[in-house]
Amino acid sequence: MIIGIDVGGTHTDAVLLKDRRLFKKVKIETRPDDLVSSLLEAADDLLAEEDGNEIERVTVSTTLATNAIIQNKTDRVAMAVSTGPGLGASQLPGFDNLYFLSGYINHRGMEVARLQPGELEEIRDDITRKGIRLAGVVGKFSSRNPLHEIQIADLLKEKVDHASLGHRMSGNLNFPRRMATAYLNAAVWPLHRHFVHDVQQFIAERGIKAPVYILKADGGTFSLAASEFSPCQTILSGPAASVMGTLHVLAPDEDAVVLDIGSTTTDIALFARGVPLLEPLGVTLGGYRTLIRGLRTRSIGIGGDSAVTLSDNGLVIGPDRKGPAAAMGGPAPTPTDAMIVSGRLAIGRREAAVQALHSLAEPLGKTVTAVAEAIFNLTCNSIAQAVRDTIEEVNRRPVYTIHELLEGKTLSPRAIYVVGGPAGIMASPIAERLSFVPHVPGYAEVANAVGAALARTTAEVTLLADTERGILTFGEEGLTMAISSDFTREEAMALAREKLRERALDIGADPVGLAVEITEDQVFPMVRDFYTTGKNIRVKAQIKPGLLFYPELGVPI
Amino acid sequence: MTRRIKKTGLIFFPAFDWAISPTHPEREERLLYTQDQIFEEGLLDFDNIVEYKPGIATAADIDRTHICVPDSRAVTTDSHLISTGGAIQAARIVLDGHCDNAFALVRPPGHHAMKVVHGARGFCNVNIEAIMIDYIRRHYGPKRIAVVDTDCHHGDGTQDIFWHDPHTLFISIHQDGRTLYPGTGFHQEMGGPNALGTTINIPLPPGTSDEGFLHALNHAILPILEDFRPDLVINSAGQDNHYSDPITDMRFSAQGYAVLNEKLAPDLAVLEGGYSIEKALPYVNLGIILAMAGLDYSHVREPDYDRASLRETPDISRFVEKSSETALQLWRERATLRQKLVGRNRSMTRRKHIYYDTDGISEEQVETVLVCEDCGGMLTIDSEADTGRRIFAVIVPYQTCPRCRKAGEEAFDQADRLRYTAVYFQDKDLDLYQVK
Repeated sequence: MIIGIDVGGTHTDAVLLKDRRLFKKVKIETRPDDLVSSLLEAADDLLAEEDGNEIERVTVSTTLATNAIIQNKTDRVAMAVSTGPGLGASQLPGFDNLYFLSGYINHRGMEVARLQPGELEEIRDDITRKGIRLAGVVGKFSSRNPLHEIQIADLLKEKVDHASLGHRMSGNLNFPRRMATAYLNAAVWPLHRHFVHDVQQFIAERGIKAPVYILKADGGTFSLAASEFSPCQTILSGPAASVMGTLHVLAPDEDAVVLDIGSTTTDIALFARGVPLLEPLGVTLGGYRTLIRGLRTRSIGIGGDSAVTLSDNGLVIGPDRKGPAAAMGGPAPTPTDAMIVSGRLAIGRREAAVQALHSLAEPLGKTVTAVAEAIFNLTCNSIAQAVRDTIEEVNRRPVYTIHELLEGKTLSPRAIYVVGGPAGIMASPIAERLSFVPHVPGYAEVANAVGAALARTTAEVTLLADTERGILTFGEEGLTMAISSDFTREEAMALAREKLRERALDIGADPVGLAVEITEDQVFPMVRDFYTTGKNIRVKAQIKPGLLFYPELGVPI
Repeated sequence: MTRRIKKTGLIFFPAFDWAISPTHPEREERLLYTQDQIFEEGLLDFDNIVEYKPGIATAADIDRTHICVPDSRAVTTDSHLISTGGAIQAARIVLDGHCDNAFALVRPPGHHAMKVVHGARGFCNVNIEAIMIDYIRRHYGPKRIAVVDTDCHHGDGTQDIFWHDPHTLFISIHQDGRTLYPGTGFHQEMGGPNALGTTINIPLPPGTSDEGFLHALNHAILPILEDFRPDLVINSAGQDNHYSDPITDMRFSAQGYAVLNEKLAPDLAVLEGGYSIEKALPYVNLGIILAMAGLDYSHVREPDYDRASLRETPDISRFVEKSSETALQLWRERATLRQKLVGRNRSMTRRKHIYYDTDGISEEQVETVLVCEDCGGMLTIDSEADTGRRIFAVIVPYQTCPRCRKAGEEAFDQADRLRYTAVYFQDKDLDLYQVK
């Protein structure tokens, strides 16, 4: 018996899967100011009449951190950064309590300039005076050598409750994003810690012995305990839950598009050969570009309840939502009203929908029926165009080797999976515009919770071996070790696999069927003054997002 | 200083799987640390810096510019077609209006490749800027184009290709040819009889630093550009003037490169040489990209930069001042000098010995151009290499006059096929390429 719960902004969905079937589902309204109680209520509803001992695992996807960031309800964070030469301060992300430090690590991870102890102490004292209890510590190229971040954190540790270190967030290079990521991680740390505590208390009270997992933005899970250290990974897990909830209906190795048509927005996600595409560097939230590994989703401001207005060029759909559809008592005409007027949908008060559309028909000199048709077509056209743009954007992505350029692998989906309210009505017309085959998965209304329940643990490691210096680093682990000058690429790959496995087990992965995959593997001979002096070996390994198992479909409950 | 933010296209193609040979400077590792720096600085997250994929150049693109012996496929590899395709892509995104300017940060480079190509010289097989320029004219119509070659080595290939073209201004600043490969690029190399003055060389002494480069820019390059009024300015952006470069002797810095690119404001920049791959390229490229995008580059500097130790001596400054002054003077007197050079000649011939250092090939060339008031002049080339290949080429210039086209067609007809391995006809105006 496994459980998936998605605490979303509007609804909290929970499912219970038993014998590979969807056994029970619960949908309640989320209380925006008390997400934890919504989670616990849904769990209680789901577990009434169930034996807690039978539960094998529980996965929770929560919008807690996401909401706090978007609504600016996070705690104060002091950012201590060492930038070295490069971009100026004005070009870096701005933060309220931002301190710049001397000291520089270069692209090979060598310390070029040391930190200045005097500066550090001054910053520590200022942070203490201001009463700031959280810190983000970020150095340039810290994923190549975390020395300075560790030194800064050591000095601050007595004075703060928590310090988020940049290199721990990701092995990827991107200093401004590393700053934003460490900031967000520290900013949501206390909030998430309370959440973890509440969940632990709940499961103890209900006698649940099963492990509890939290869903991450990349559609994978990590243990509740592991989430305490990197709460930022939990942001944007909502869209990831829906995407993972669709994965089980895809044909294996299929390129596909997944559309989630909501009331305000439509989210587009892509699958390449059966695997959801990830953002190349990290997700963006509330204006922060981050290094948080996450599914690549594009959101457009068109949904069932988008307000339809008139401009000089004709009808405009969205991006605002002014309320529900006119037929449901809302203030403005919407695509949903157009579907009601054109007979595609039978809900609410049809007269109200007609009246709302009339306000558009008159200035356009058209009949209400014609306007309804025009709105529906424009909605479908706009979504289809956004799908085309999203695919093109992926296919334009640069590559850096001749081999890859000539091979020219492109994404060419032929299938589109549509979930969300109007899925049944809009899937075919949108698919037709793209010449794709439409699919509307069963239990689409709880796909998110199913996705959470089925998601498996993901992890990645970044290895850089520099045989000239005789050093190997695992960026996100902050780990450096000595290697011999004849260290090989094969050894690097073996070590990366081993480290990844270790890391995955640490954060709660099931050791059975752990699918480790090498995603990057490059070797550069290093030449100085016309002699080969070493090798620069770069390896990345991951456990990609995937499902624990494929459930049996189409079981009515 | 207030800057205007520009939308800059970046074609980054480091060809991580290609080297001339395992320990050659032109190798896989060359742009590795540049990539690290660009990624770490988060440059690609700026809304006004957009990365594009290179295209793949076709044989037709290459045959519009070069006479390749025996043919373009034989003297190029996929890597050349992609770096050329990268330069072409840079031109397209600017001329199609997607970007204000663009930088093709691609390898391998091209500025030592001349009109006739028997093999590779100076790490170059085909001239990626020249092919880009001919592509621009073919697809976007006539343009006055200025190439400013800021590589430390004289851009002898580009000079050779545009030697007779009055519509292309070629300015090269480089380390004095008496002290560095390829040993050319002196003031008196000024172009052919129909284009005298649109080739300009400004040799600089070893040890020239930021002051010297910026002096040449302010006192020769910018005034000449102002006179010439180009539609497009292209920076042949070599990065081997850097003080840490292992194969040259200059003292230019990342700040200097950034200032130069801000003032020159090229529409297009194409990477040439530069082999201080760790100590220079990451910072120089960062500086160039920020300068082109109109962003603040004042914090860009090499970790070991020491202004005092890089200052040039007064002797060097005087040499630079004199060299810049000579170049400007020759430019201003070009009409008189041309009359003197041409006299009553109806055609003029130059003989060249060309050595392909990378491939170890020697070539003897006789190039004859018709003296013409109306166009660049019909050109014939008789070229024999120690590979055993001897070829004859007839070249009709872009925007040719009817007389030169007719003369070209006759020359091709009359060329004795049996004396040569092959006879080539390249009509740049009609975009025709024939081999017999």
